[in-house]
Amino acid sequence: MKLRGAIALALGAAWAFAACAAANPQHGEEVYGRCLACHALGYDRVGPRHCGLFGRRAGSVPGFAYTDAMKKSKLVWEEKTLDRFLANPMKVVPGTAMTYEGVTDAKDRADLIGYLRQASAGPECRK
Amino acid sequence: MSFLSMPTPQAARRLFLGRSGLVLSGAAVALLAGNEALAAKTKGGTGGDVQILNTALGAELEAIAAYQLGAESKLLQKPVLDLAVTFQGHHKEHADVLAKTIAKLGGKPVTAKTKYDFPVDQLKSQNDVLKFAAKLEQGAVSAYLGAVPLFGNRDLAKAAASILGDEAMHWAVLRNALGEAPVPSAFMA
Repeated sequence: MKLRGAIALALGAAWAFAACAAANPQHGEEVYGRCLACHALGYDRVGPRHCGLFGRRAGSVPGFAYTDAMKKSKLVWEEKTLDRFLANPMKVVPGTAMTYEGVTDAKDRADLIGYLRQASAGPECRK
Repeated sequence: MSFLSMPTPQAARRLFLGRSGLVLSGAAVALLAGNEALAAKTKGGTGGDVQILNTALGAELEAIAAYQLGAESKLLQKPVLDLAVTFQGHHKEHADVLAKTIAKLGGKPVTAKTKYDFPVDQLKSQNDVLKFAAKLEQGAVSAYLGAVPLFGNRDLAKAAASILGDEAMHWAVLRNALGEAPVPSAFMA
């Protein structure tokens, strides 16, 4: 059982590493253009800010008016959860205010997540 | 008389709206008229439509505030200033229609925030304001594109697509004003 857990963990880590390694953040920034009606890196808009996203529990930016659905989702934003959510937000969190069909292309999602990861360490998020 | 030969854009718009009432009515039926059948159908079917409309309304209200910031910044010169005010007017029309529709469907329309956060420190020239507005409009096109397939009611999807078309024109005009290719690709995502 322990071995199975270790293998699952290793596979998960390998998946995350592969996703990061393969991501093209430059293209991801272009994909991020789709998010700009509602989101920004450094400040809250119709949607919450993206600086500080990785490792953050969903629905936890102080002062942002989340839906109950998001607050109760128990998601923690990492590559894997973002990939799942961005593919179909309303399926993963029914009742979310992010009424968006999703980023349906897996490569676009990986690049977008790669960009978000890169931007999280960038100047706009270090302010 | 051709739209192109009208003396002012306002006159052309009046002529266009006057002639295209039948074309517009498809979207207007769902949004503007008191369509009880639509309201009943949507209430009984999916409350998701109200949530979609409310998210769109929130973004429209923010866009109105963003254009207000641009108009008051003293960074915009005519005719760009007029353009910004015109586009803001469109967003006000979108917001008004969305709010009325949400109310008709039994929902509670979101209201404008008392304060919006905008990257004011990054807006130092007309081009900065145009770039900022262009990004918002690009995002709006994508947001509506991502919302259209989600509507339970096809009339609402059509109406949202009508707004999408308007946002796409804003984006193209702003890109053109920035000296960029107005229509950078054949498809939007």
